[in-house]
Amino acid sequence: MAHCHCPGLKIEAPAGARRIVLAGNPNTGKSVFFNHFTGMYVDVSNYPGTTLDISYGRYGSDMVIDTPGVYGISSFNDEERIARDIILSADLVLNVVSAAHLERDLFLTQQIIDTGVPVIVALNMMDDAKRMGIEVDVDRLSQLLGVPVIPTVAVKKEGFDRLKAELFNARPGQATPGLEEELNQLLNRVGSRGEALLVLEGDPVIAARHGCEPGTRREEIYRRRRERVNEICQQVVRETSRSTGVAATLGRWMIKPLTGVPILFLALWAMYKAIGVFIAGTVVGITEETIMQGIYEPAVRQFVEQFIPQSSIPGTILIGEFGLLTMTVTYLLGLLMPLVVGFYFFLSLFEDSGYLPRIATLVDRLLTSIGLNGRGVIPIILGFGCVTMATITTRLLSSDRERKIAIFLLGLTIPCSAQLGVIAGMLATLGPQYLALYALVIFSVLVMAGTLLSTLLPGKSADLFIDLPPLRLPRLDNVLKKTGTKSYHFLKEAAPLFALGALIISIFQVTGILEFLQNLLAPLTVGWLNLPREAATAFIMGIVRRDFGAAGLTDLALTPLQTIVALITITLFVPCIASILVIFKERTKKEALFIWGSSWVAAFLVGGLVAQLARLFSPAGDKVQVLPVILVFAALTLAIVGMCMFLRRTKPTTNIPG
Amino acid sequence: MTLDRMKRGQRCRILSIPSELIRAQALRFGIAEGEVVTCCEVIPAGPVVISKNRQEIAIGRGLARQIEVEGSF
Repeated sequence: MAHCHCPGLKIEAPAGARRIVLAGNPNTGKSVFFNHFTGMYVDVSNYPGTTLDISYGRYGSDMVIDTPGVYGISSFNDEERIARDIILSADLVLNVVSAAHLERDLFLTQQIIDTGVPVIVALNMMDDAKRMGIEVDVDRLSQLLGVPVIPTVAVKKEGFDRLKAELFNARPGQATPGLEEELNQLLNRVGSRGEALLVLEGDPVIAARHGCEPGTRREEIYRRRRERVNEICQQVVRETSRSTGVAATLGRWMIKPLTGVPILFLALWAMYKAIGVFIAGTVVGITEETIMQGIYEPAVRQFVEQFIPQSSIPGTILIGEFGLLTMTVTYLLGLLMPLVVGFYFFLSLFEDSGYLPRIATLVDRLLTSIGLNGRGVIPIILGFGCVTMATITTRLLSSDRERKIAIFLLGLTIPCSAQLGVIAGMLATLGPQYLALYALVIFSVLVMAGTLLSTLLPGKSADLFIDLPPLRLPRLDNVLKKTGTKSYHFLKEAAPLFALGALIISIFQVTGILEFLQNLLAPLTVGWLNLPREAATAFIMGIVRRDFGAAGLTDLALTPLQTIVALITITLFVPCIASILVIFKERTKKEALFIWGSSWVAAFLVGGLVAQLARLFSPAGDKVQVLPVILVFAALTLAIVGMCMFLRRTKPTTNIPG
Repeated sequence: MTLDRMKRGQRCRILSIPSELIRAQALRFGIAEGEVVTCCEVIPAGPVVISKNRQEIAIGRGLARQIEVEGSF
């Protein structure tokens, strides 16, 4: 058995089992193959140091291992690094390619063949190709690649029997011309041919493993490989007709602002209806109130009280107001889980249909101005679900600079769904001009903070460079599987943080620090924000759970203006303790403290500004003039943006692509 | 001439792509220096979408400004 080059990925394989690795581009239907081969017996393990899951299962007496969908194997991102390591340790690779995208997909095929591992190609989506007027000469393709090629239609299980019969006929194929000699020279220094290839292509990780200098020949090798793939395509692909279907037209509409913006709003509205109304209302009503608070919590309290009284210190920590066994579990399973599942469901739907990269293309211009690029739309959307979840998702952004900006903006300005429910309820009673004031102030803070950060941080946003796959109807089983995996992962990662957060808060409560903070905040709340003393308690409760903070405001008798000031302050106030812990985990202590500290400052600065401006514009104090306050904020935003544009002109720029 | 100046529907030959990393990514998608591509969408002040055969790629405006092309085919 080949020794495993996957550092940290523990896969128990029976002795003599061959490692069959599934590889392919994103969206080629790999998962259908995986499920077909492994049936019900699938294990999932997390790849160390990443948020990615690797599925593996048994096929007869052999192992089948899935890999993330990638366009090539280098070290461009986590997915590629993992796919690279698993492919290098394979005994044979089943490479799934889409017949409709041979030019793109065969690049990876050729790269895998160049590593010298035995390969068999499943030429999938033959039906799609036919519909698009593409004919592929399968025999010629097999001859040119030097490996077996089996035409399939995975969703209809066509070609699977033949694939199974031929699987172990996989063999090393025809390498890119001119590679053999160079690889042979390296082979005596580097144990395996696959690793030699990657060293030659300048993969820093593999080179470091063997203690040699990474090669500088990547581009040349890529170019030769590309030429070879183009030659192959010329010989095997025939286009009989070029039809532009409905999908292509719709795909165009999605990225043009004139039509794309309404389509995006429609999608977000559907999301709001499904998550904000149905899940946050009906589902959470059942899970949080009926099940967790109605059945689970009393049962736990009763059980624990047999051993320790609730009023004792350990009792408070376990089953008190913020108890580890009560609030934490209720919050995670009763409130967050349904919301997170809902958000991931939509995200997977957008991903699978090919809509996500189009949203990224549409909003790229907007996000570039606040230092992100189109990809930044994913964490921003998820932030409205749960800031903790969104902060974890920033790992997929292309540069560290963007992660910094995205995490800062998430922590500062984006209200999470737990909080949004309460905020929307309070805003609904106030009337449209107050709603406009709230939305505009938060939005202008987002723009100001993003523009400032983007200007002050060295460097420049990575440029967008993404593949727009053809639109297609997402397959429900795929979407559900993705949703399940992502949600499970998030909960697994977040649960200890929420527990730790509850523990810290309970300790604060027992030691009286919580009360001390409330008293500390009170003068500021009364004098600067013109709010009653008790509002300080609500703000501090917001550190525990954002919705606690917002809910604490509903019990106070506030004027409409006071309500708005309180809501703006609590939205901008520090993220909940679980989010803070995630930020500490993901970033340096210095940076996390900066984010946390500046949220305090920004929240009270902006909230106070609104309060003082309103007082200025309505001396009589009976009817508050909202419009001037809005205008002042708009002017302030424009001034900041203008100043930043001026600063940027004089700033040297270095370009980091991504 | 640079890619951001292209109009929708125009075809052009790519002369140079600025960074090695982007060149590598473009090669994977089948777009290399010397290839003829079609500009199929230009989002005002935003990304440029180019296609070769059926492969479509969205390229941010800043990057498109740095990609040298020669015009109409």
